[in-house]
Parts: sequence; C-alpha cells; structure tokens
Amino acid sequence: MSEDLHVPKALSGTGSWLDDRFHGARGLRVFMRKVFPDHWSFMLGEIALWSFVILLLTGTFLAFFFVPSSAPVVYHGSYVKLDGITMSQAYQSTLNISFDVRAGLLMREIHHWAADLFMAALTIHMLRVFFTGAYRKPREVNWLIGIVLFSLGLIEGLFGYSLPDDQLSGAGLRIFEGVLQGIPIVGTYLAFFLFGGPFPGDSIIPRMYIIHVLLIPGLILALITAHLFIMVHQKHTQMPGNGATEKNVVGQPFFPYFMAKGGAWFFFIFAALALLATFAQINPIWLYGPYTPVAISSASQPDFYMGILEGSLRMMPAWEWNFLGHTISFSVLIPFAVPLTIVLGGAAFWPFFEQWATGDRSWHNVNDRPRNAPIRTATGLAAVVFYGVLWAEGANDVIADKLQIPLYTVTWIARVMIFVGPLVAFIVTRRICLGLQRKDKELLEHGLETGIIRQLPNGEFIEVHRQLSEEEREPIEAKKVPALMPAPGSEDENGVPAPDSHGALGRARSIANRAFAETVVLETNGHGNGHGNGHGAGDEHAAVGAGHGELPSGSDHGSGTDHGSGGSGGDGSDGESGEP
Amino acid sequence: MSDMEEVEGPEGPVPPRRVIGTPPPTPRLLGSGDGPVEGRAEGTADGHGTEVALAEERLPSEPDYPAHAKRAEKIVATCFLLAFIAGCGFIAAYIGLEVGSVDSVFRSNLALGLSLSVALLGLGFGAIIWVRHIMPDYEMVEERHDMRSTDAERQAFGEYFAEGTGASQFAKRPIVRRTLMLATLPLAAIPIVVLRDLGPLPGTSLRHTVWSPGRRLLVYGTNQPITAAEFSAPGGMITIVPEGYTDDLDALAKASVILIKFRPGELQIPTRYNGSTVIGTMNWTVDNIVAYSKICTHVGCPVALYEQTTHHILCPCHQSTFDATTGATVIFGPAPRPLPQLPLTTDAQGYLVARSDFTQPVGPSFWERG
Repeated sequence: MSEDLHVPKALSGTGSWLDDRFHGARGLRVFMRKVFPDHWSFMLGEIALWSFVILLLTGTFLAFFFVPSSAPVVYHGSYVKLDGITMSQAYQSTLNISFDVRAGLLMREIHHWAADLFMAALTIHMLRVFFTGAYRKPREVNWLIGIVLFSLGLIEGLFGYSLPDDQLSGAGLRIFEGVLQGIPIVGTYLAFFLFGGPFPGDSIIPRMYIIHVLLIPGLILALITAHLFIMVHQKHTQMPGNGATEKNVVGQPFFPYFMAKGGAWFFFIFAALALLATFAQINPIWLYGPYTPVAISSASQPDFYMGILEGSLRMMPAWEWNFLGHTISFSVLIPFAVPLTIVLGGAAFWPFFEQWATGDRSWHNVNDRPRNAPIRTATGLAAVVFYGVLWAEGANDVIADKLQIPLYTVTWIARVMIFVGPLVAFIVTRRICLGLQRKDKELLEHGLETGIIRQLPNGEFIEVHRQLSEEEREPIEAKKVPALMPAPGSEDENGVPAPDSHGALGRARSIANRAFAETVVLETNGHGNGHGNGHGAGDEHAAVGAGHGELPSGSDHGSGTDHGSGGSGGDGSDGESGEP
Repeated sequence: MSDMEEVEGPEGPVPPRRVIGTPPPTPRLLGSGDGPVEGRAEGTADGHGTEVALAEERLPSEPDYPAHAKRAEKIVATCFLLAFIAGCGFIAAYIGLEVGSVDSVFRSNLALGLSLSVALLGLGFGAIIWVRHIMPDYEMVEERHDMRSTDAERQAFGEYFAEGTGASQFAKRPIVRRTLMLATLPLAAIPIVVLRDLGPLPGTSLRHTVWSPGRRLLVYGTNQPITAAEFSAPGGMITIVPEGYTDDLDALAKASVILIKFRPGELQIPTRYNGSTVIGTMNWTVDNIVAYSKICTHVGCPVALYEQTTHHILCPCHQSTFDATTGATVIFGPAPRPLPQLPLTTDAQGYLVARSDFTQPVGPSFWERG
C-alpha cells in the first residue's frame, strides 16, 4: 500500500531541504512514533494547554483595541445608557470592544471563559495527578512547575479581569490593595509602589496591563514549555492494566493517532468556549458601570478561582494586634496567606513527605489507583474539602439568600466546617479506600457476582460467581503498597540500627510509615507479584533490602535489590499493617 | 490508502506539516498512517545512517472494518463540509452584520459565535471520528529508559567537571573567586533598587483625608450641599462626597462618607478615645444625623448596605456588620474596628459641613497605623 502513496515533490523537496540543514529526520521519526498512553483523565492537562493557546489568540486580538489608561474621558459611544458619563479610557475601550468592534464581544467572552476554564482544568488536572500518584519520582519537578503555573494563573486572572476598570473589578482591586496594605512592615510600601501612590491612582491599569500581557504570560509559556518537554522526555505515566509496566509505555503513537486526537480535542475545547461565549454571557462590564471607590453592587463575586481567598476573608473573625505602635491585622493576613500556603505549599511538600514517610525512592511510571493509597487519597480529599469550604464561604451571601439561612449562620457553619470537614473527609475516605481494597480482594478470590441464582440438588441456593478475566485482574493485581520500614530501635541482622529511628522525627516517620503501609493483602493467584510492578525481584531480595530507601539515590531503582522493601510491599506480603 | 488521501484534503495542512521535516528525499518514506520506515532507507538520507535499529513493527495500513470505515468516511466528510459552511457563515456574518447598538451586537454575537462553534465542532467531530473509525486501531509498546545516567556517564561527567574547574583555576585562585562574587552583589541589587521610583513613600498620607473644617458635605450623584432639615426622614442613608473633590477618585477612595438620620433617642454614641484623641462622640452629630466613613476598616470596600429596622451597616464584600446607633461598632465579620466618625457641624447657611478631618485613619489596617 505504501508504495502507492504519492508524495508531492513540494513536500519531499522541502523535507529534504530542511533535513540537509537540521538533521531532523531521525529525531522527528522518533517523535512521531512516540507512544502516548490513553486514558480520559490524561486529557485534563490538555484542556489547560489548549485553553492557554486560546487565551493567547483571543488576548492578542483584544490587545489591538484595548487602551490601558486611567485617563478620564466622557463617553459618547454606542452604549447609550452610559452616554455622558466620565470614565477611564480602559473602560471606554472595553465598551468599544464590546459594542463597536465586530466579533469583539465574542473574543472578550471567549477570553474570559477560557481563563476560567484554564484555572478549572489546572485544578482538576492537579487533582488527577495527585490522586493517582503521578507526581512521584521522577516527576516531582513537573509537579512543582504545575503548582507555580497555578499560582501564576491566579495573579494573571486577577489582573486580567481588573483591566476593564469596571465597578466590579475595581472593588476586587480595592480589596487587593487593602490586603497588600495589611502585610506587616512592607505592606504600605508595596501598595504605594504597585499603585504609584494612593489607591486608585492612575498607574495601576498600565502596570497591570504589561504584567498581564507580557510578564506573566511569558512565564506561563516558558513553564508550560518546560512542563511539556519534561513530560515528553520522561514519558507519560500510564494507568495499571493493559500490559503496562514500569518499564514500558503502552498506547498509540503520536503520528497520526495522538496528533489527530489532540487536534480534535483542541477544536472541541475551542467550540465549547465559543458556545459558552455565545449563550452564557460572562462579565457584562457595561452593566456594572465605570469604577468609583464610592459605590459597590451587592453580591459582588470574584471569578471562581479567587473564591478561596474571598471565602477566607469572609470567614475570618476580627483579629488584630496593636503593639509598639504597629498594627498587625490577622483578619487580613491569615486569610491572605494561610489557606493558599496550606493547599499549594502542602501540595509542593507532599511528594517529598511521602518519600520520607514510605522510604520509597524508586521511580514510578504506572499510576496508583486512588484506593490503593488510602493516606494519600484521604489527605487529598481533606484538602478538597478544606478548599471547598473556603470556596463556598466566598459566596456565603448568595448561599444565605438562596437557601434562606441567616448570613451569620452560614459563616459560622463554615468556621466550624473548615476544621471538622477535612478531618471527617480524611477518616471517611481512608475507610472507603480500605473497603474498596477489600472489595478488590474479594473480586480476585471469589470473582464477580453474576446475578444468576442456582438451586443445588440439595435445595440450597447459591449465586454463581464468574472468575475475573486476565484483563480484569491486571489492574487490580498491579497494586503496590510501600513496605513497612524497620521498627524504631530495631536492628537488622548485622546489628545496624534502623535509620531514622531516633528522636521525635524518627518516631514521627515510623508512625507515618505504618499509616502508609496499611493495606489489604490480595491473593494474587501466585503470579501477581510479577505483574506490572516493575520492581523486579522484590520478593527474593526482600531480606537484602538493608537500605530501606536510605541508599544514595544513585542506586535506588532499576536494580531491584536496593529497594527490596518497596518491592515486597507490592504483593502485600507484609500483611495488614503488621510487622514486616 | 486511497480513502486516507481523500479525507486528508479538508483537514488541511495539519498532517503534512509533521511530515515535512521527517523524511529523507525518497518519497516512499512519507507514510501518513501506514508509513513503514526501514533502516536502509534512513541510511540514504544524508549518509549518517549506519545500522539504525529502525525496523520496528509496521503500523497497519488498512482499517479494521473496511465497510464500517467507508461509512465513517462519509460522516467525517460531512462534518468537514459542515465546518467549511459554518466557517464561511462566520465570515458572512462578520461582513454582513453591523454592530453599534446593544441589539445589533447581540445579534452579531449570536451569529458569529454559533457559526464559529459549528465550524469548530465540525472539525472536532470529523477528526475524532476519523481517528476512531477510519484509522486502524493500533496500540504499540515503547520501552522506557531509566532516567538515571549510567555510572560511567556520571563518572565521566564528574571527571570533566573537575578538569574544567581545574583548568579555569577557579578553585585555586580565591582572590578571583571572591572578587567575582563581590562584583555580582550590587548588580543583583540593581533590579530592586531601580524600582524605587514606582511610587512615592506612603508618609502620613494614609492618616489624612481631604475633609477639613468647614468643608461642605455634598450628596453623591447630585453634588449638592445638604441641610439638616432637608435630610429629615429617619432611617435614611445617603452617600456623601467632599466639596471640591467630587471627581477625584484618589480623594474619594478615602473620604467617602455615609450619612444616617435617626429618630430622637435612637442614636447613642458613647464618647470613645484613642489615647487622648476623641474618635467618636455624640457631639459630632447634628440633629440625630451622624456621618461615618464609607470605607470599610477591613479591606476598604464601600459599606453600602443599611438595614433600617436594625440600624446595621453591612459591607457587601465580606459582610462586616456595624451597629450605626452605637458609633458603627463591629457586631460581626472580619472588620477589626468601628467605622471612623466624621465630626459634623453646620455652617452659616445651615449646610452640613465637616468640623474637622477624621481623627483616625480611615479604611484598612496598615503596619504604621498604630
């Protein structure tokens, strides 16, 4: 068949011309054959990527028409309701984009929706990566890049929706300035330097503009590039099953499969944004009017990704210290700094904490099913609840209004839930994970309930169970659980004390390790160990695993013996939270 | 293969683009969908090709179910055709539909958005049906290589790094090393230093507003002065701006005021002090009319909501609630202190005027506030 394929001279000529100069044939061929594993959850990061591309496209269009200036003008444009009103050039030009530039409103709305989708996709993508353990070695750096991208996205979004200088976004900017002022020692200076003097001044719009269109997008673009290069270089993780092991990638090649799918996905996301922009109006700035610090509309809400900050500001009781002639406003500082530090700082810290707690320094290319890592999954759910309570509290006035609950009651519920919710989520999730592990065990041992009831000759009724097929067993048997490290104070056969067994830190590590190692032992039919856990000869070498993750990183994976402890955990032979 | 070529047309330049840099001149190397590449062919490209292990398994060249693919082909072509029509529709709507009023903009937005959506959906559905129903289903397994370099590579790296360091004499000549580090210090500080002129120093500007003795209170919106008699309906709240600064946003961001009228006896402001400075007292009211700063002491939103029956002032941003009858003391929410009270009096014409500036900083807390 391939002999029939006629290649136009123009193509082959150009290809040859380029290859003469860049030596691309070899590398590009490898790239074209690059295998991408298939799973619906792997498309989440792509949503963020394509949203960003659409943001660049629509943003460039908007920049052709937007005037980043606070200079006052009297409006006499197409939107007659604001005729004769004094407003900034920024607001006027945004009105012009909406009413006088063809497709301008569409571009504005796609841009705004794409920003929301970008942040939403980032969030869900990060949750996917977290819950499947895809951040583990060797991908910690990409995880950290993702967290920086998320943080940059927050600022980029805030500055973006503040640019039109309408009443709603101006109120947001005022809050931002108030929060800046609240930072101890340098706060007033930060605020004065950013705003070029007292709020609002006339410097903030042009300054936000250059930060919004050049500085942060440049950083985001660079980091996305690094993120993708690292992903390609390290190869994507894959879900257990379908022949996936730690040492292979199962999937479809980039050319033509993944390329066509990725392209289709881009069109779908663009189409979804265009549909939203057409039928779901967002940020109709002409209804809000130009910004004045004198007025505000009720039920002011920021874009959803700012909800966590808004909610924590609303939730906080009025705490403030005055000492030595200085004011520390905890009612601003804590909401500003603490929740995001807990969520994003905690996320950044987690991979290293997990390595420390499990002693597992091996590399991981097959993702975990969330149930098989109860502590991780429970912690993630606790973080989701923590974030969710703050986020919902950001709309406490709307909740109070719609549900007819007194406003202060809503806030008090949130104040309690912020502590109780994550705790309950942690406990419940951990139990559910272990329950699902037991379900897996039962599936392996007794098979699947078929719903067929059979009467035996002796009159007894039984339900027929069907044994799982090999494909069905595979993802279940791919389960790996970190092994228990030696108990604190214990010694191995050579009299060497267990690492980190001394002091409070050692004890904490030991407690964490026991929690992480808790698992339900699977009956793996005798051949489960070898299945897709890539740890190689975990079993035979369990006794040799003296290092227990404490060996220099140079020798900790790929050879099997060095992390025998990690390998032996894979088949659960350590028992249910018992001693090794 | 012939069906592949046909559907490739509307898809446009996407697949060929990848192809361009790839192939050596031999045309047979260009495989879109079924391009098997063999080691020997690679060798002919530019002479570098020695024994390159490239002869992996070939991609299948025929769809799994030809009849099914034939049907899919028609659907894909329809999708692409629809995308073409919708794309043309977008251009037509752009040219044909005027903007310039609310109605016409919404019409234009609907036409443009709908046609763009259909065009993009057509491309998306076409491409995905193409992949899933025309291209042969194919999965391959690629080997993963350890990220870690081999010990030999690491050692070679380390050795050359040591050689290079040695050759640079960096380690042996501390005077060079230290002066170099010294030289970079001021340069590293310069990017911070040059930001100094971004803004003036705050000084005491956050402590003052433009209110001064005798400055009239103007009603926000009409910018007219007001007498106590004109503002006689109890339970009302109006927003006030200072005379002479009605369009100065910087001034208004601190000096906006709310004016509330009470029935006799309702207003009971105890005299409060900050050190020896009075910050709230009944003496600053005129005829049961009191003026509070409109800028919330939390993070500076205008406190715009007033509930007549309870006399609560509510900030719509974070729901700090102040009791207007007792000097705007905080009864709920994150605001750390009462809204500052503006001392009021009347001038010779009976208009409400400020007795002085606020006696404490208005708005959010800041470090130097004290």
